[in-house]
Amino acid sequence: MDVRVEGLVKRYGRVVALDGITIGFPSGGMTAILGPSGCGKTTLLRALAGFNPVDGGRIVFGAEDVTGLPPQARGTAMVFQQYALWPHMSVFDNVAYGLRLRKVPAAEVRARVEAVLHLVEIGQIAGVMQRRPGELSGGQQQRVALARALVVEPRVLLMDEPLSNLDAKVRQRLRAEVRRLQKRVGITTIYVTHDQEEALAIADTVILMNAGRVVQAGSPQDIYFRPENAFAAEFLGVSNQLAGTAEAGSLSVGAQRLPYTGPVRGSATLLFKATDATVIPGDLTTESGQALLRGTLEERLFLGSGYRHYVRIEGESVMVDGTEPVEAGPVTVRVPVEKLKIYAMASPGPVTDPARSTRTL
Amino acid sequence: MPRPHPGTLIRATLRMAAGVFVAFIIFAPLSSLVIWSFTRKWFWPHPFPQELGLFYWRKVLEGDLFRALQSGFFIAVIVTVLTLLLTIPLAYLLARYPVPFKAAILLVFLLPHAFPQLPVFVNATTLLYRAHLAASVSGVVLIHMVGALVYAVWTMTAVFRSIPASLEEAAWNLGASRVKAFFTVAMPLATPGLIASTLLVFLYSFDEFTGTLLVGSPFVLTLPVYMYRTSVGYELQVASIAALILMVPGLLLLVVLERYLKSEYLSMFGRI
Repeated sequence: MDVRVEGLVKRYGRVVALDGITIGFPSGGMTAILGPSGCGKTTLLRALAGFNPVDGGRIVFGAEDVTGLPPQARGTAMVFQQYALWPHMSVFDNVAYGLRLRKVPAAEVRARVEAVLHLVEIGQIAGVMQRRPGELSGGQQQRVALARALVVEPRVLLMDEPLSNLDAKVRQRLRAEVRRLQKRVGITTIYVTHDQEEALAIADTVILMNAGRVVQAGSPQDIYFRPENAFAAEFLGVSNQLAGTAEAGSLSVGAQRLPYTGPVRGSATLLFKATDATVIPGDLTTESGQALLRGTLEERLFLGSGYRHYVRIEGESVMVDGTEPVEAGPVTVRVPVEKLKIYAMASPGPVTDPARSTRTL
Repeated sequence: MPRPHPGTLIRATLRMAAGVFVAFIIFAPLSSLVIWSFTRKWFWPHPFPQELGLFYWRKVLEGDLFRALQSGFFIAVIVTVLTLLLTIPLAYLLARYPVPFKAAILLVFLLPHAFPQLPVFVNATTLLYRAHLAASVSGVVLIHMVGALVYAVWTMTAVFRSIPASLEEAAWNLGASRVKAFFTVAMPLATPGLIASTLLVFLYSFDEFTGTLLVGSPFVLTLPVYMYRTSVGYELQVASIAALILMVPGLLLLVVLERYLKSEYLSMFGRI
């Protein structure tokens, strides 16, 4: 069941939570909606579930327009951030709730509840079923919540930051399991998260949102390697940002000048990832295919897998990761030109044409 | 075994002394009630009753007190049922939906308690006389509900607010109608609070005096009114027995209340 939203608008008083969103969610796929808090991602998910009526636009499941339907009639199932398991019912009753509403015979209810609990790999099913949700660990509760949603075979599975309340270790493991489970059941799944690593790891498609709009949509690789604007680049990974001025043939950062052939003119933002740059002790003047920036190494942290260097370039501090430690003092930061993104300094917003703002030296 | 530190000993002694003191303050006046209720004859300057017995207990249980107990109980039950029937839907709406003038609505229920009781009830009595409801059980029920509604509305609103909305959304999401979700999710979770609220309302009605005396006289007799009448007639024994009986349901209900009133409700209490 593919899901589409067209020109979706939602306002809370004067605040525009969804600013005319048009996007498709491929059938049977796992789509992550990624963005900072307050970007509208949860509002979009709740609009899909039918909890919040929208102020404009359409929501379409397959060929059916569901915009006006109440949540009961949409055939979605949601996994909530706080699990939203009913504390007064046993795990069995929680999972069976949706089936009983559908008047499924008792014997079949039992079989299907057991099957789905098996599917989510909760372990010791017979014992767990009789317990109250409050007696389970966070990870187990989330498995029950997932089972409760999956057992009704929803048209669309909605997940609202389902792993954000779990500790890091459990989160990592459940992330892989959710991914595998979704592949197995093949239900169109929409997964909201503010964690870029989680979005990249779990989804087939990532939709990056900011301020009620879609910033970029594409495969995790697209989003990570080819961010379309400064916001996307900044949000996806440990990035360094420097302010500069671009003109025909050159790009100046403070007193330093770099050769430049791109089309951006005037105030510009330079972005590069800490892992893409290298620190070289001393002064380097030219090297083909590399952008070189002089600075002062102020601090070095040992991270286990390598070293993180803090270099001050023209008054701004940047991070550069490397496997070899470099001593404090004057250094050169080397960034391959294709890894250095230069964007016109504009308000972050949707970029429809990637060629317009993504430039390399 | 290590010897206890002298400081701990002093502290324990002080604590025990404080306990005895508090117990004395609470139970001494009550003990005189108990003594009086079993007294047949007790004249000054004797420090203890001259004659003890069950005479007054027998007299009281055969007479009007039992009638007062019955009608008071009956009124309290009606007040509780009507109040809850009105309050539960209202409290749910106030807790879940952006009702306009929410603060004003909650304050309106508080208003009768913001003024001295006597003028409020006297005023209400004259109104009820005009409506031919005075000196009747319905009039007393109405006057009790004016006072009881505030307890019920404020507690039930707090109770429903302490239940996360996502629990009901999860039910809608799986296909449950709003009514079904209310009765399978919200109500079972609100039950402990509902019990607490029931007890508060019941106790209020059972113990209410001013309004009952003004509106109900001369026909409607409840325990507090009965106690008042007997004590102004200097029948101290009868008044003591009525007071003791009046305390029993209160104490029982408070023990139950203490079990069901959860701290989460209190944290939501009074939030608008």
